[in-house]
Amino acid sequence: MEHFMAYVNLGAALFLLLSMAMMLGRLLIGPTLYDRLLAVNSFGTKTVLFLCVFCFVIGRPDGVDIALLYALMNFIATIAVLKFFRYRALDISLENAHSTQNDRAAE
Amino acid sequence: MPSTILLDIGFMAMLVVVAFSIIRLRSLFAIVMLQGVYSLICAAWFVSLDAVDVAFTEAAVGAGVSTVLMLAAMLLADRDSKPVPMSRQFGPLLVVILAGLAMFYALGDMPAYGDAHSAANSYVGMDYMAKTAEEIHIPNVVTAVLASYRGYDTFGETVVIFSAGLGVLLLLGLNGNAGKWRAQPNGVRISKASAPAARKRPMPKDAPQPTQKPTPKPAAKPKATRKRVTKKTGEKS
Repeated sequence: MEHFMAYVNLGAALFLLLSMAMMLGRLLIGPTLYDRLLAVNSFGTKTVLFLCVFCFVIGRPDGVDIALLYALMNFIATIAVLKFFRYRALDISLENAHSTQNDRAAE
Repeated sequence: MPSTILLDIGFMAMLVVVAFSIIRLRSLFAIVMLQGVYSLICAAWFVSLDAVDVAFTEAAVGAGVSTVLMLAAMLLADRDSKPVPMSRQFGPLLVVILAGLAMFYALGDMPAYGDAHSAANSYVGMDYMAKTAEEIHIPNVVTAVLASYRGYDTFGETVVIFSAGLGVLLLLGLNGNAGKWRAQPNGVRISKASAPAARKRPMPKDAPQPTQKPTPKPAAKPKATRKRVTKKTGEKS
């Protein structure tokens, strides 16, 4: 039974690996920057899930703590990238709309 | 415990895919994101190889901090990199192939994975494993070595990193100056004007103030100098 559960977990880890590969594909072909950003965020989430599953595969559940720290790090990194998006203009189309409004208000 | 070699192979394959696409892509933003993903894959793979502390450092530094640093650097440069002509790619390719062959040559001297008689598992390492629990009562041997046995070493590293960060902060400026710097080599601005108008403060309604201000200054300066001159001449005479 012990071994059976380990193999089930290993299968789950393999499926998570597959979904990571799919996220990688979206990241590579993603037409807009937002697609890529979401792909990276989702990739980080998959990594966290993979760590959680893998800790049970090798029979050391204390690794879940590390997965929690990964989740925090992923969140902070995404927030930082989004802040760059908003304030330093990575994609112009949205920002132009805002800036023309502001300029008109100023004039 | 089932063998995890399938996972290792999967991670290796993804690392190869990410590395090649980092080389082939031209959009710098996608490249920065791919570097973050490369670090995440590395971290997951390190956990799979039972090197949890290395994995955590990789995730924190590679996926967290350096992604943001790379983004900040990208905002000072262009968004896209220019394609490199084929003739200039052969030199780097040769260097990479030679380095890879050297790695494979050195691979023969490595101990097998998990070998009980390897150098790391036979000499001083066993002493640490045996005595750490009695000597300083910390169950995690890596933490004990880093923070207690090599405490001064770790302290020195921390001081070096702190002073490096302090130097960068002093160079960039602490008083809200840090984000506004633009790269201008030879007086030519290489970055696009990337700060959006959301960052600009809306001008107040009485806009002509800055144009009015300079005019009274030249008028006031000659008066002061004249007064001084007259005073000096008065003292002299």
